[in-house]
Amino acid sequence: MSFISYLVNGISLGSVYAIIALGYTMVYGIAKMLNFAHGDVIMIGGYVAFLTVSGMGLPPVLGVLISMVVCTVLGVTIEKIAYKPLRMASPLAVLITAIGVSYLLQNIALLLFGASPKAFTSMVSVPAIVLADGQLTISGETIVTIVACIVIMIGLNLFIKKSKAGRAMLAVSEDKGAAQLMGINVNGTIALTFAIGSALAAIAGVLLCSAYPTLTPYTGSMPGIKAFVAAVFGGIGSIPGAFLGGILLGVIENLSKAYISSQMADAIVFGVLIVVLLVRPTGILGKNIREKV
Amino acid sequence: MAMLEVKDLKVHYGMIEAIKGIDFEVNKGEVVALIGANGAGKTTILHTVSGLLQPSSGTVTFEGKDITKMPGHKIVSLGMAHVPEGRRVFAQLSVYENLLMGAYTRKDKQEIQETLDMVYTRFPRLEERKTQLAGTLSGGEQQMLAMGRALMSHPSIILMDEPSMGLSPIFVNEIFKIIEDVSSMGTTVLLVEQNAKKALDIANRAYVLETGKIVLSGDADKLKNDDAVKKAYLGE
Repeated sequence: MSFISYLVNGISLGSVYAIIALGYTMVYGIAKMLNFAHGDVIMIGGYVAFLTVSGMGLPPVLGVLISMVVCTVLGVTIEKIAYKPLRMASPLAVLITAIGVSYLLQNIALLLFGASPKAFTSMVSVPAIVLADGQLTISGETIVTIVACIVIMIGLNLFIKKSKAGRAMLAVSEDKGAAQLMGINVNGTIALTFAIGSALAAIAGVLLCSAYPTLTPYTGSMPGIKAFVAAVFGGIGSIPGAFLGGILLGVIENLSKAYISSQMADAIVFGVLIVVLLVRPTGILGKNIREKV
Repeated sequence: MAMLEVKDLKVHYGMIEAIKGIDFEVNKGEVVALIGANGAGKTTILHTVSGLLQPSSGTVTFEGKDITKMPGHKIVSLGMAHVPEGRRVFAQLSVYENLLMGAYTRKDKQEIQETLDMVYTRFPRLEERKTQLAGTLSGGEQQMLAMGRALMSHPSIILMDEPSMGLSPIFVNEIFKIIEDVSSMGTTVLLVEQNAKKALDIANRAYVLETGKIVLSGDADKLKNDDAVKKAYLGE
């Protein structure tokens, strides 16, 4: 029974990674850049939800919505101010800028909210499920996280396959120039991608802080890096890859903590990544990059 | 007034001046060819006209509207389509999805369907392969798809960049026949080609480019008999 419990908790943690990884993978797929500030948008999302719900006493659903709006605006603003002017610059310049934005967000949070951890009260009011005569308890947070991840995945897939803006994203991810020749607003599509990724980051922030209820300005950085690993693991640029990579990573991490060593868990996670990349350099579901001849 | 008018256009790549001040025009209903060797600047000119590149100076006027500074995606809705060099179909999308992308700027579903039927009639092979991923098509089929995709926006002018490049001789003939068809349907064509002979065969007028400058221009028939052109581009 304890194995199932570890597994379910791993899937739940993995669901958070998957939701964050979506932001990395979509932005990479479309803007061909790694947005290392993505993890810190999660942290801001957590603080906004904390302030609106615990501070102002608003209902959790409203707090989450406000947090999504704030993160969306933040994500689009970051893209416009920090990344858009660098569209023609070298990938290295963009990467360094992203790391700079990450530190900037952390330090702004430090300035505004202080370094002391905030005790985040769970936003989830779903009761736990008790199975097998009390031997297996699945918390409300776990259930909501897994359900949220599934709903987001299905919703996002439908959006990309069925909507005009979604198809524009596919076109831009494949060939920006050709997409523009179709009449697609490439900059607008990139901004939309940042908006979606950041809104998802807000949800991830709330779910993460509900399950692990301490909030500091550095809350987003480790999950951010792990979600980036998940995205690479699954194949960066691929949405099903982010899902698969996130879940696998969460499960491996949780099972390692349970059966091997909790100190070694992160090392094992990154070790698995190295092995996967040695065998499949493009990740599990990654596309082979074809060289044009 | 000409449909498309380019005046004193200069384009730089960093410090290098790729286009050194050129003037040309395309009138409604014409097929105009830009010919010249590799690196003469033909593709750069098309990219600048359709807004993929920004010129350092000069103007591009389309149907009386100055489009020099207009973002490329807006130019499409004015009625300009561009079949890029190397086709650049969306390899991961199906033939049908590629064609729909071409109609991105249009809203009326009924009209889009009509254009789609027209494209399928003209390119039966695309209809046969409509569910196939574009990346799995042969070069000639991809060229047809790129042209079909451009027609989907219902353009009044099509810019075509090296449509015959890398194709077998049979396909080359077919592609040039299609260009003539497109033109006879009333769509204006600005054609860039290294295959100067074929281009001059179907064009009304042509401009000859050499390292960023127009060195000759005139009626296609006249240019075909020009000694310098014969020697440099027609291999005679």
